[in-house]
This record gives sequence, structure tokens and C-alpha cells, in this order.
Amino acid sequence: MSDKQQNQEDKFLAPENRKHTVIGPEGEEIHVDPLNDYFCQDLPKVEAPYKGILEKFLNWARAESLWVLAFGTGCGSIELPPLFSPRFDAYRFGVAMRPTPRQSGVLIISGYLSVKTLKRVIRSYEQMQNPKYVIALGSCTINGGMYWDSYNTINRLDQYLPVDIYIAGYMPRPESILSGFNKLKERIKNGDAEGANDYAEKLDWYKANQKKIIKDWNMPSYNW
Amino acid sequence: MKEIIDHLKKRFPVYEIGEGPNGVILMSVEAAKLVPMLTSLKTNHGYGILVILSAVDWLEDCKFQLTYIINNPDEKRDLGIRVFIKREDAEMESIHSLWEHAATFQREIKEMFGINFPGSPRVDEPFLLEGWDNLPPMRRDFDTKQYSEDTYFPRPGRETNDPAEYMKQKLYPDE
Repeated sequence: MSDKQQNQEDKFLAPENRKHTVIGPEGEEIHVDPLNDYFCQDLPKVEAPYKGILEKFLNWARAESLWVLAFGTGCGSIELPPLFSPRFDAYRFGVAMRPTPRQSGVLIISGYLSVKTLKRVIRSYEQMQNPKYVIALGSCTINGGMYWDSYNTINRLDQYLPVDIYIAGYMPRPESILSGFNKLKERIKNGDAEGANDYAEKLDWYKANQKKIIKDWNMPSYNW
Repeated sequence: MKEIIDHLKKRFPVYEIGEGPNGVILMSVEAAKLVPMLTSLKTNHGYGILVILSAVDWLEDCKFQLTYIINNPDEKRDLGIRVFIKREDAEMESIHSLWEHAATFQREIKEMFGINFPGSPRVDEPFLLEGWDNLPPMRRDFDTKQYSEDTYFPRPGRETNDPAEYMKQKLYPDE
């Protein structure tokens, strides 16, 4: 990273994330660089799939327990609670809600994304563990929907995150979300859902697109 | 209601008095006299609630309009006060000393219209737009469609139809 770029990023950095000095209990000075000390700087690696029947077994296991991060970005998130109610009962498909990114494998982008939300979505996605999948709901994530000419919402999600399944509709009913989950299962079982590897491979391209619109990039380049 | 208007007419340079929707009385006042007038209405006439503070961009007249709507809970009556300020280096006196929550309205207006309110708490911090480096987006000379096309990778193949012609073709294809 060049010095100029570094200064550009320093300008937006929150005070607690800047380099600073802490006085220890015995009066010694400790220099802290939070971005390097508190975050892992390693970039993601491509994990090649195993060969043959082992990968098939793993994919079957992955497909049958999809743990969804409970993170609603737009109006579509109102369709998710009924999904877990007795009427639609997504649990019978092995779909469960999880409260934190570290525990979950599926990120549902439920509706339009403003730039401010996209920043939080990227952080959440990068903190999730491999293998991870992205489902995008509604026309807003496909081509912007009714916010296609807005100054503050993105038009195409696949420019910023690798999307496995788009579910069309405005907003999709819980039935179509269930059908989307089944489609995702098929993809995983066929070994097509390689979004995390795609993200690791084309990281530079994704990061360039993300940094083009997130102008106050005040977090590490990749958030483990 | 009439006595308040008469009273205000005597003390402040109000003009364009009229009635808006739902019985709200609208009037305009010079920018310099706004804060004394709001103070008087709040302390002497029971208008204790600031309902909303909003802005309008009159691009052709080179003016911004600020609308303060205040409410009298005892009489269940709304009063709207308009102020016109010039568009270049727009600046208005802050009313956060009268109503604390006005600071939030002012912060939003600063971000969306670029109208400055000196002294208002946290008025320079971003409210919705983080790291925005263009014209304030609610100004009418900001081209939001152009900005979106330049920035957000529009997906090709999107069609728009003129509603009148489209329905004509659909309903009366022979004509």
C-alpha cells in the first residue's frame, strides 16, 4: 500500500483504530497499531475441493444444514420471520437462524442495499467461515429495482459479493424463498456453489469495486 | 387563532398568511426575525412542540425555503412558518436552544441540502451518507440518475416505456 493511499485511509480511521501509545502498568510504553495487531492480515485462500466421493459427502452435509445469518438489509427481511414460523417451517429443510457471522454459512441480502449498509454486509460476509453462500432477494439486488436511479443504493449485488442464488420478486413470498433454498441445495450438491473460492480468486476486482463506492474505507482491507 | 395572527402581525414582519391542508396556518417571516418569533410563540402562546423542520430547493428563484411546523397541544393546532434564505453559501440560525431535537433535523438538512447551521451540535458529522464527496444530493442541480449510472454499474437491458404510448399500443393496436 502506498503512502498516499495510507494517508487517505487514515483520514477516515476511527480514533481507536489509529496507531497510538499505551502506558503499561509499570510505566513502559506500548505502541499499538490496531489494524495490524487486532486483525489478521492474511488474505483468503482458494480451498480446492476434495476428489470424488468425499467431496460429494461433504457437499451433502453442507447442503442439509444451512445456517442463516439473521441480518436484514431491506424490506425483504420482513419475509424471513414467517419463514421460521410453523406455517412455512424452514427448519424441516435444515435451515436455521444464527445470530453471529462466525456461526453461519448463508448470508441473505434481503432487499435494497445502501452504501452504508453494504459496508456492514461486506464486514459480515468476510467474517463468515468457509464454505459460505449468498442468497439475494428481490429485484433491488438484481438491477436496483425501484431504486435504480437512486444516489445511495447499489444496482447490482454481484459486483460486490459472489451471489449464488437470486430470488426474483418484489418481495418474494416465503414459498419462493423456500424454493430458493432448495435450488441452493441442488447447487451445493452439484458442487457449483463455489462463491467463497470465487471471492478469494477475484479479491482484487471485488475490492476495487467496493472501494469505488465506499469512500470512507476505515476498516482493514479484509476483515477476518 | 385570529388574535395570535394579529399579535404576530404587530410584532414581527410576517407576510403571505394563508391556510394549508388540515387547518394548518402558514406564514412567512424574514430570516432574521425567526428565532425571536419562535421563542415568543413557545413561551407566550403555548406552541411547545416542534413537529418538523424541512427544506425546499427553489432553484429558479435561487432560494432555499425552510419550513418550521410547530404544534400547540392544548389547542390542537399547527402553525407553519416559512423562511426564505439565499442559495449561495446558505446559512441559517440554529434553533437547538429552543428544541434539542432540532439539531437532528438541522444535521440532516446540512447533509442533504448543504444549508449550514453554525453552532448546532454535531452538525458536521455524517448522518446517512458516509464519506460523501459530491453535491448535497437533495439539491435540484444534483443529477441523481447520472450519478447512479456513473457509480453503481447499471445492469444492461433495462427498458422503460412511456405509459401513454404503451397503453395505446396495447389497447388499440390498429389505430
